[in-house]
Amino acid sequence: MSDFRLKGENVHLWRGDHHVLRGVRFEVGAGECLQLTGANGTGKTTLLRTACGLAYPEGGEITWRGQNIRADMQAFHAQLAYLGHEPPLKSELTARENLHFWIGVRRRLPRRELDQALERVGGNQWADRPVRTLSAGQKRRAALAGLTLMRVPLWLLDEPTTNLDVEGQKLVGSFIDEHVQAGGVALAAVHHELAVSRPESLRRMELTFD
Amino acid sequence: MPPVRRGFDTADDAGSPAVTALGAAHLVLARDLKLAFRKRSQLVQPLAFFAIVTTLFPLGVSPELSRLRPIAAGVLWAAALLASLLALELLFRDDAQDGTLEQYALSGRSLTWLLAAKTAAHWLLTGLPLALMAPLAGIALGAPNAAVPGIVISVAVGTVALSLIGSIGAALTLGIRRSGALLSLLTLPLDIPVLIFGARATELAIGGEAYGVPLQLLGALAVLGLTLAPLAAAAAVRINLE
Repeated sequence: MSDFRLKGENVHLWRGDHHVLRGVRFEVGAGECLQLTGANGTGKTTLLRTACGLAYPEGGEITWRGQNIRADMQAFHAQLAYLGHEPPLKSELTARENLHFWIGVRRRLPRRELDQALERVGGNQWADRPVRTLSAGQKRRAALAGLTLMRVPLWLLDEPTTNLDVEGQKLVGSFIDEHVQAGGVALAAVHHELAVSRPESLRRMELTFD
Repeated sequence: MPPVRRGFDTADDAGSPAVTALGAAHLVLARDLKLAFRKRSQLVQPLAFFAIVTTLFPLGVSPELSRLRPIAAGVLWAAALLASLLALELLFRDDAQDGTLEQYALSGRSLTWLLAAKTAAHWLLTGLPLALMAPLAGIALGAPNAAVPGIVISVAVGTVALSLIGSIGAALTLGIRRSGALLSLLTLPLDIPVLIFGARATELAIGGEAYGVPLQLLGALAVLGLTLAPLAAAAAVRINLE
């Protein structure tokens, strides 16, 4: 039985005078995806950034595999993939070069594997074009290819379907399906329901202003 | 944290294809060099600035080499320092804006190494070309040909220290828009010893004297920067990413 479990206990975080996260509790284990919903400004992105250790909560703690994530941050980061609002791609490089450098910092990336990942997101036609010439949806697809290439157990996704067409949204759903079926954990902030094929693996949590 | 199994590859997974800290840093360096050559305008800007300043001085002061030679070292170093500063604002800015720095911070690799690699790229793209250009400017300012090695070495070593000191300032001002003025205020006081020892080494080289002592002090500053600056820059970047 896998011990992959991300847990937030009574997490409090302020931004100046604004109390963004007010005692938030969540738990998501192996083979599960927790879908975070809520109106703009309720703290979905802040919660994701806190969960991956980019933001420091003033109260409470976040644990991964039973250990506070701050105990060994580097080891924790080696086990997570975070995809923010904007794909972390350089406009002067091609999508293929971007992935080579982005993923290559984490793990050795065989060319064949990179080709396969790009093919899966429909990148055959545009993978060798500079990113500045790609549409927002194509950039997002390239970032999704990067996500699958990381091969880490924890995915933290901020609006993963932004700028994607219906096919792209299904692709995100299928990636999450595969990830959780392999025993991975996903936490996704979304405005629209994720198109996963196994709804039993999907749990929902809504953040509110109260 | 226990190692990960079940087909997931992470740094602590036995047999994983993870890269070493040095390998990751090498990749960051290669990426920044590739990016710089795709955005040549940014590459040329500090060099053009250096060339313009050192060319304007003879026009403004005097075309007589005997009058230019005594101020040549100072002119070269002031121009090199300001040219180096010019490129510093962009050292981490683009990567912060497009989320690359976030990915570095979350990569499970040492952010210190990755930022050291970015600073090395900055030096290769700014400091090294300045060191190679400095003798030409020096000769135009009356320096003898025999001073060329001394000028190149002192500017090369000095700009290593400038890039490292600058990386701390660039990291600290990452969250501030139009941070150029603040960056200069933060780094210039720390750059003063580099300017003093660098100008002295160059002055001695131009005068045909032994310049070993100021060069060694310049080297000591570069080593000090090398050991401390990437750590400080990584800490500052983490704070700014929050």
